[in-house]
Amino acid sequence: MKEPMTSLEADALAPSKGLFQERWDILKRNRMAYASFLFLVFLLVLAVMGKVLTHVVVVFDPKIVRLSEKFLPPLTPFTSVLTPKEDAPTFGVYFLGTDELGRDVFARMLEGTSVSLTVGFVAVGISLTVGVLFGGLAGFYGRVKLGFITVDTLIMRFVDIMLCFPTFFLILTVVALLPPSIYNIMIVIGLTSWMGTARFVRAEFLALRDQDFVTAARSQAIPEWRIIFIHMVPNAIAPVLVSATIGVATAILTESSLSFLGFGVQPPDATWGNILADGKTFLFDAPWLTFIPGFTILFVVLAFNLCGEGLREAFNPKLSSTS
Amino acid sequence: MINFIFRNIWQRIILLIFISIISHAIVHLAPGEPALVDPSNPRMKPEDIQRIRTAFHLDEPLHIQYVYWVRDLMSGELKSFKDNQPVMGKIWERFLNSLPLFLIGTMITWFLAFPVGIRAALNRDSMFDRVSTFFSYALISIPGFFLSYLAIIFMVKTFDVPVIGMQTFGLEEAPLLFRSMDRIWHLTIPALMSAIAGTAILSRYVRSQMLEVIHQDYIRTARAKGLPEDQVIYRHGLRNALLPFITMFGLTIPGLIGGSVIFETIFAWPGMGRLGYEAILARDFPVILTLNFISAVLVLMGTLVSDILYGVADPRIKF
Repeated sequence: MKEPMTSLEADALAPSKGLFQERWDILKRNRMAYASFLFLVFLLVLAVMGKVLTHVVVVFDPKIVRLSEKFLPPLTPFTSVLTPKEDAPTFGVYFLGTDELGRDVFARMLEGTSVSLTVGFVAVGISLTVGVLFGGLAGFYGRVKLGFITVDTLIMRFVDIMLCFPTFFLILTVVALLPPSIYNIMIVIGLTSWMGTARFVRAEFLALRDQDFVTAARSQAIPEWRIIFIHMVPNAIAPVLVSATIGVATAILTESSLSFLGFGVQPPDATWGNILADGKTFLFDAPWLTFIPGFTILFVVLAFNLCGEGLREAFNPKLSSTS
Repeated sequence: MINFIFRNIWQRIILLIFISIISHAIVHLAPGEPALVDPSNPRMKPEDIQRIRTAFHLDEPLHIQYVYWVRDLMSGELKSFKDNQPVMGKIWERFLNSLPLFLIGTMITWFLAFPVGIRAALNRDSMFDRVSTFFSYALISIPGFFLSYLAIIFMVKTFDVPVIGMQTFGLEEAPLLFRSMDRIWHLTIPALMSAIAGTAILSRYVRSQMLEVIHQDYIRTARAKGLPEDQVIYRHGLRNALLPFITMFGLTIPGLIGGSVIFETIFAWPGMGRLGYEAILARDFPVILTLNFISAVLVLMGTLVSDILYGVADPRIKF
């Protein structure tokens, strides 16, 4: 028979780690993913600061037009005599140059950070909500019959239908027909990208709904919505959240593609996408107007992708190395 | 088997009907009518707008409009709102332009992605693996049009080669050899650009698929039998790793329309994606709807073909 562990031995063992802590350590070992994560945290802070500094306490004003100061390359000091003193950029330097209207590109990029990230996060938020709702309904009430078809068939056929649309073409059609507004873009991107989430949540729910903890919850007469949202969703959500990280990246790219075609976020709101799309006209005269937003999008989307992939590996023990 | 195919075709036809109803509703319910494209034109009187609406059946209820659209589509008499040309003829003409771009792009994607992915999987954690992983993420993350602009600058500055449009202006009378060389020059960069993102994604899939297969028992058995390493990897490993890609192949077909809008716009390539873009700008509902319908047909056909091929290729799957 096994002897009970004395308290001394138990103290000598390392404290057991929670599931989250364990995953976190795996992520930390992936240097690239961890660096991307830190970069994204920094970016989030930057976005909040950018919002504050361009709107609340206007330190960098992205809206000042100085026509005598257009197309100045990055790091040009402010020396103009034509422009009034109060329109001078903060610190007297155009860090990232000026655009075709003499607006400070640094201030515009700062403003665009929060707008671009908002587009990404809200779009993904919408797609997650719809996806979890439909996937959860299909997985949990799958066997319930509505007339002659089951709920599962109904929802999954609808998912199939949505998957048949050429996504970008559909987004373009709807965005072009609707009045131009930043909210429409977020909603449309969100509503055309929930299908993967729904399929995933449904599959997880099918596996979860016959497990003991769900039966236990049912036996206590806990209402069904509570079982779904409090008991089952947290168990199914981790992989979905991981792919949501990559979804944010995709949404930022989609917004920049829409901007390129002229249907993106409209001025005066600045996003990385429309700064890049506007800059392309001046590619040869003012290459920084293309390169700065272009490389910003590249690095940020890359960070989202690498971080998402790192999280996916950390949360999926089958993928993690050593095998 | 025959039964399975018939059942599948039947299901897909029902799906197709629903898709056409939904896309019809989306396009017609969204604000903005063809008659309102040019609201500031002073010569457009209310009675003109009314006449246009009657001519295009826009004043009928939605379901009647749907019936009109289906009837015209089936009888091949569907006319574009914009220039009154038959829609199918317009699309066919653009389809012939899009096809070479799509074929070459797909070929580049598949011929590049597989060697890179297999090599990365076989030498896991090697320098090659790390570099190719990083590059594939970087290429997924870069906005396609930004990369294309860089490529245009590079090509024009270094090789002095035209890259915009389908052919160089003024070469229409040139001998066939010149014209075909010119066409190939114009085709290369757009095809390469549209292939890049696909290559990056596909090579990641190949790598993970190969990694999964390579640790299977039957690979160990094959090695234990003393088979040469090449035979183990390419006959026993690769053939099993390839199975999921049959599905992916079916799903690349709709890229013919949706994926090409951006690249066809940048390179002024008169293909289907651009046709769709122009139709959206002009509120040319018949063209938008028909393009949507065709692309849905392509997706459904692609998935059907891959389902059947899957059954043919993998003896473990029974219908």
